[in-house]
Amino acid sequence: MNQFENLNCLNIGDKGKILQLNSTGAIRRRLLDIGLINDTVVECVGKSPSGDPCAYSIRGAIIAIRHEDCENIIIDRHPKGSS
Amino acid sequence: MGLTNQQVGMNVIDSDLEIVKNSPDDIVVALAGNPNVGKSTVFNALTGMNQHTGNWPGKTVANAQGSHSTDEFDYVLVDIPGTYSLMAHSAEEEVARNFLCFGEPNLIVVVCDATCLERNLNLVLQTLEITSQVIVCVNLYDEAIKKNIHVDLDALSKELGVPVVSTVARRKNSLNKLTKCMDDTVNNPPQNQSRVIYPDVIEDAIAIVQPVIEEQFGNKLNTRWLSLKLLDQDDSLIHEVNAYYECDCLENPVLKQALKRAQVLLKDNEIFNDQLKDIIVSSIVEKAQEIAKETVSFDQSSYDKKDRRLDRFFTSKWTGYPIMILLLALVFWITITGSNVPSTLLSNFLFGIEDKITDIFMYFNAPSWLHGFLVLGVYRVLAWVVSVMLPPMAIFFPLFTLLEDFGYLPRIAYNLDKPFKKCCACGKQALTMCMGFGCNAAGIIGCRIIDSPRERLLAIITNNFVPCNGRFPTLIAMISMFFIGSAGLSSSIISALLLTGIILVGIFFTFLSTKILSKTVLKGVPSSFTLELPPYRKPQIGKVIVRSIFDRTLFVLGRAIIIAIPAGALIWLMANITLGDISLLAHCSNALDPFARLIGLDGVILIAFILGFPANEIVIPIIIMAYLAQGSLIEFESLVEMKQLFVLNGWTWLTALNVMLFSLLHWPCSTTILTIKKETNSWKWTALSFLLPTLTGIIICFIVTQIGTLFL
Repeated sequence: MNQFENLNCLNIGDKGKILQLNSTGAIRRRLLDIGLINDTVVECVGKSPSGDPCAYSIRGAIIAIRHEDCENIIIDRHPKGSS
Repeated sequence: MGLTNQQVGMNVIDSDLEIVKNSPDDIVVALAGNPNVGKSTVFNALTGMNQHTGNWPGKTVANAQGSHSTDEFDYVLVDIPGTYSLMAHSAEEEVARNFLCFGEPNLIVVVCDATCLERNLNLVLQTLEITSQVIVCVNLYDEAIKKNIHVDLDALSKELGVPVVSTVARRKNSLNKLTKCMDDTVNNPPQNQSRVIYPDVIEDAIAIVQPVIEEQFGNKLNTRWLSLKLLDQDDSLIHEVNAYYECDCLENPVLKQALKRAQVLLKDNEIFNDQLKDIIVSSIVEKAQEIAKETVSFDQSSYDKKDRRLDRFFTSKWTGYPIMILLLALVFWITITGSNVPSTLLSNFLFGIEDKITDIFMYFNAPSWLHGFLVLGVYRVLAWVVSVMLPPMAIFFPLFTLLEDFGYLPRIAYNLDKPFKKCCACGKQALTMCMGFGCNAAGIIGCRIIDSPRERLLAIITNNFVPCNGRFPTLIAMISMFFIGSAGLSSSIISALLLTGIILVGIFFTFLSTKILSKTVLKGVPSSFTLELPPYRKPQIGKVIVRSIFDRTLFVLGRAIIIAIPAGALIWLMANITLGDISLLAHCSNALDPFARLIGLDGVILIAFILGFPANEIVIPIIIMAYLAQGSLIEFESLVEMKQLFVLNGWTWLTALNVMLFSLLHWPCSTTILTIKKETNSWKWTALSFLLPTLTGIIICFIVTQIGTLFL
């Protein structure tokens, strides 16, 4: 079963599909600009030394996003290994 | 003695951008693109040394210009800052957007990264909304092939309705395709560019506004695009549009009414401002996705494995920070060991010339004041500046550029974001600090990459805590004279570690003052943050060395020399004009001495720092000159004797330590101050940027001196 969670729930190697973007204001535009629209598949590819921010593969580019901002990115998480 | 903007190389930013055409027929080409797509490599390869403004460390922060000629046309190329979108968020994105929208370039080349084309198409589509005079340059084509990514260029060109060429910018001959395409496009301008089609309601709203704009304002700007932007209520853009039309277009009654009708239509369909923005952006992203699906094929399984492995190494919990410090120390070690020998050679050579010049003066029986003024004053300071400053710069700049070329700098920002967030600031501040290592003024312009104005100010005010290239040689000279016994491998390693330690002190004060500022005068919470970690790239070693020497080293050295000449003359005059029975220099240094002693320096050193205001590079040479002019009776012709001179003037290790600390923590140089004024547009923040490091330096040196004297 898939759960509805935010981007922070992804561990390295996990993928998720964007369901909803709850961010507002400037960061919302920023995230949309880099292609985080609904149904986009995102993979967590790394964590910084302190665990925040984390790096995500979004439409072929690697983007680091902070923990607080990830909280507003609601995803449908796939178990590891599925596409 | 202030530097003009011309010398600082910053006269072509923002709205006062002046395109330098050699003839009115020159064709202006804007190079646009996402960050890190090799846009500047294309620019550099095409313009070669024909640049009006050099590119500074890190990235293009202002519009750089250069020229290129083909058999058919002469082009003026304008390299604008990298941007993901034309819906600007940060100051530098605004620079990019304004030039594309209102700079009226004849042609826009959008440089794309072939390995990540879909994301790049976002900007391409937005550019196509403004004009059809676009060429899409799919760069890094070799890397795409290596990663098993295939781009169907013909299909892409058909989809977009504009020419598409593939390039490998680091291989110069692959750019022939691009220049050929530029010629062809000028001869046969594309007419039918692809456009993003929005949902019906929005298209209807555009249809209400567009004819009115055409009727009221003509076709100078793309009316469809402008209609959308007016509906979107993009305030910063509307501000620019008004400036362009030289009127408040929203006050036009006909347009006002049309907009109102369109907005009612949107509202009736439950599309409010926020939704409209979302729909616009999503439509573009979806269109990009659709085009990419048709034109790009790849085997996704393994194409960036190597990058992820490198990232694990450079950014993991255990290795991230140690590697960062080790790399810094390694760069310093190479700089210190590498610059030792050339420094000695240069000083022997230059002082050899001094003897020759002296002989010539003697031959013509020139008066001794003239010889003193020109040779002992001007020439000597020049010789010192060149021999002490040039070698470390010529080594440090290229090394640093290599790291930058490799793609390591964004990883530093990634690693340091958490500590910066704790100080309520932005991780990108780490990038601007890195640029500060090259030149603080460049670092401060670089702060435009930070979106939030508050965080940008924090980065600007604290940038000076990172010692720039002009201050490194001072630090290195102090370390090698007073803290390291003999030459040799182990001592050079210790020097590098000491220098790293000093830098870490600077970084500590960056964090401390950022934290204090964001709890006091610049209160606020950390804003949101996204940072791209671009693919690692093999640095182009040869090009990096050439470019960093021409663009940066010689530029900085040139500035130092311009300052050194009058400073050398001034010091000589001060030492040789007597008032009462002692020289002017002695008067001044005596006056400053009591205060200077408190912070572990002496009057001469403090004068040198004050005279070094226009360029930190001349501090040590001025100290040497002043001591020599005060009549120290030693034969002084090489670097080895430098320490002896200092010791004779009462220096101890504590003095050297304080000189290092004060060099790290004192007022920014005049260029930097001017840049801060220009970027912040406020004397208040400029004054704070001056006072903060200065007071820190005075307090720290005072404490160190009081504690240090207990051990002497």
